Amino acid sequence: MSRVFIALQDNENSRFIVEAISEDNPGAEVKHSPAMIRIEADNRLTVYRQTVEEKLGRDWDTQELQIDMISIGGNVDEDDDSFTLYWNS
Amino acid sequence: MTVNANYPNYQGPVRDRVENFHGNQLVYVMWERHLLFCAPLTFLADPNMSFSDFLNDMLHPALAPHPESQQLRFDDAKWRLNGEGFAPRLEASLINNGIDHKSQLRLITPCLSDLADAAI
Amino acid sequence: MNAKASKRLNMKERYRIMTRDLAWESSYQRHEDIFPQESFEGIKITDWSQWEDPFRLTMDNYWKFQAEKERKLYAIFDAVSQNNGQMNISDPRYLNAVKLFITAVTPLEYNAYKGYARVGRQFGGVGARIACQMQSIDELRHTQTQIHAMSHYNKYFGGMHDFPHMFDRVWYLSVPKSFFEDASTAGPFEFLTAISFSFEYVLTNLLFLPFMSGAAYNGDMNTVTFGFSAQSDEARHMTLGLEIIKFILEQHEDNVPIVQKWLDKWLWRGYRLLSIVGMMMDYMLPNKVMSWAEAWEMYYEQAGGALFKELERYGIRPPKYAEQTVAGKDHVSHQSWFIFYQYGHATAFNTWVPNAKEMDWLSEKYPDTFDRLYRPRFELLAEKAAKGERFYNNTLPQLCQVCQVPLAITEPDDDTLLSHRDTVYEGDRYHFCSDGCSDIFQNEPEKYVQSWLPVHQILQGNCGGEDMEKVIGEYYRIEMGEDNLEFEGSSEQRRWKQWKQAV
Repeated sequence: MSRVFIALQDNENSRFIVEAISEDNPGAEVKHSPAMIRIEADNRLTVYRQTVEEKLGRDWDTQELQIDMISIGGNVDEDDDSFTLYWNS
Repeated sequence: MTVNANYPNYQGPVRDRVENFHGNQLVYVMWERHLLFCAPLTFLADPNMSFSDFLNDMLHPALAPHPESQQLRFDDAKWRLNGEGFAPRLEASLINNGIDHKSQLRLITPCLSDLADAAI
Repeated sequence: MNAKASKRLNMKERYRIMTRDLAWESSYQRHEDIFPQESFEGIKITDWSQWEDPFRLTMDNYWKFQAEKERKLYAIFDAVSQNNGQMNISDPRYLNAVKLFITAVTPLEYNAYKGYARVGRQFGGVGARIACQMQSIDELRHTQTQIHAMSHYNKYFGGMHDFPHMFDRVWYLSVPKSFFEDASTAGPFEFLTAISFSFEYVLTNLLFLPFMSGAAYNGDMNTVTFGFSAQSDEARHMTLGLEIIKFILEQHEDNVPIVQKWLDKWLWRGYRLLSIVGMMMDYMLPNKVMSWAEAWEMYYEQAGGALFKELERYGIRPPKYAEQTVAGKDHVSHQSWFIFYQYGHATAFNTWVPNAKEMDWLSEKYPDTFDRLYRPRFELLAEKAAKGERFYNNTLPQLCQVCQVPLAITEPDDDTLLSHRDTVYEGDRYHFCSDGCSDIFQNEPEKYVQSWLPVHQILQGNCGGEDMEKVIGEYYRIEMGEDNLEFEGSSEQRRWKQWKQAV
């Protein structure tokens, strides 16, 4: 088992993205530092477009994540509906 | 091993050949377990200078800011040269002592004060 | 999928059309003539179409997102300068970390821009070429935004006025410069392994996450904003770094030992380079976020551990000497600051002894080493300074032939003995700080006999003569008494007090 992580800028957009991640990934652990939020999980973590759109109340492209994301750990799998981080090992 | 270059016989200039130091050579000195000077010192010295002149005119003044420099007696010190035990001949030149370009000398002194506890 | 999304091409189709379909097979020139650097390193590529960009980013979206990042970033820069943002930093000592950043890191961004532009030209696969093109443009953006961010501070503080000139000449900047030039003079696949994977994936988190968070915590809005804006590109670069390694390893089993050797080399090169960041975090941030040792645990031992476990399936083991970096995490930041403190007459920033509260924090974070080894050293220095004998080391240090750091780092298993290795090659003796740097030399001696070692260059008379004041003032362009020396009693401290009283 390995930990994947995503770090986001602590801004208005991220607040809703973090809410969506927490809802869709029950085991995820959210850690706050000055100006940044780090979310960790065992092996896999997924951001779903639909949940983020519900939280934000507007259309959201999964590639928009790139604006607020500051780091990741794990392999990436991205399509129009979701963004996933995972380890195989 | 050699560089894997995209043309044969890759070679570059040896930047620190002794010829580049205008008749002088480099000598490094590490005062073992004395870390007030963060790293071994680099000296530019005439290879024909006697070892005793090197100690008295170059090394000792350089070490003056160290609180133990007053108690430091070179007669009580042990030396190593390029990883080997070394008994210097004081009146012989550096080069005749086997101290050639880019040699590293290590100075090993007995405990001189309680600064030794923190390897200062 | 909702109705709106289904009207346009999906991400995968768009990526195929906007990248792969823009390439063509050459018909009247041979592949090896068009891409002459693709094979000399021994890396075997059998099928470039296997190259994956997990973000599937196309140029049209790239410009859209980058423009959005820039709009947000420059709005903050304007707000900072319109509101005298320089007055909001925690402590004027903090700004010294920014001075080190613009002289040591920003020029690396520029070198990365050039590096990706060069290697991108050398790959036969269009996916790799597009990825390098985007990263090259990103790195140029980082250079520009960093200069813009720091130009505001340059109006009020010293040490930033001649950063590109200093990068090419000043002794400690030879460490990052030689690191990057080592990568840039390697072949295209080694460059990607060095910079995209070892540096971007494994190590830049240590620079851009805890340190930038520290900038925020010290009231430096410009730095945290450019840092995180740059890092939003880095997240993409990191992902590519990992994909690049997997791609090379999957292409041919003969690639595995070559890549392993590069990983061993570049983790060690990067580790030595980052000792500067360790000292920035532990000594130069007045408000602390986390210690260097904690950051190393989080971002190297844990995140790197997961990564190397993932790569085991390809026959890759963790980099050689990784265990030494774990032993070293309790020492390198202290030993690095100690170098800069004593050569503080030859630095483009101020240096100081940590105050009582800061020393207590260091004791707490480094229970096995700080009180035993480093506190007594700083107390002696404080005592000397109080007597008016502030310690400056007026001799020149012995440098490592490979990383160019002074030999100021102790043995992994003996923390009061300086680590030193040497070898004789074609009649000349060469010296190293560690087994890691010694191995790097032994593998490619013809490359490293050419190292431009600042101490040796001064002693050859190539830096403006033997008068150190001239070397520092005229050759380095560090203004004596303005840019350098002790913080206590500095012009920087005096001006800060005047500004604060004027408010």
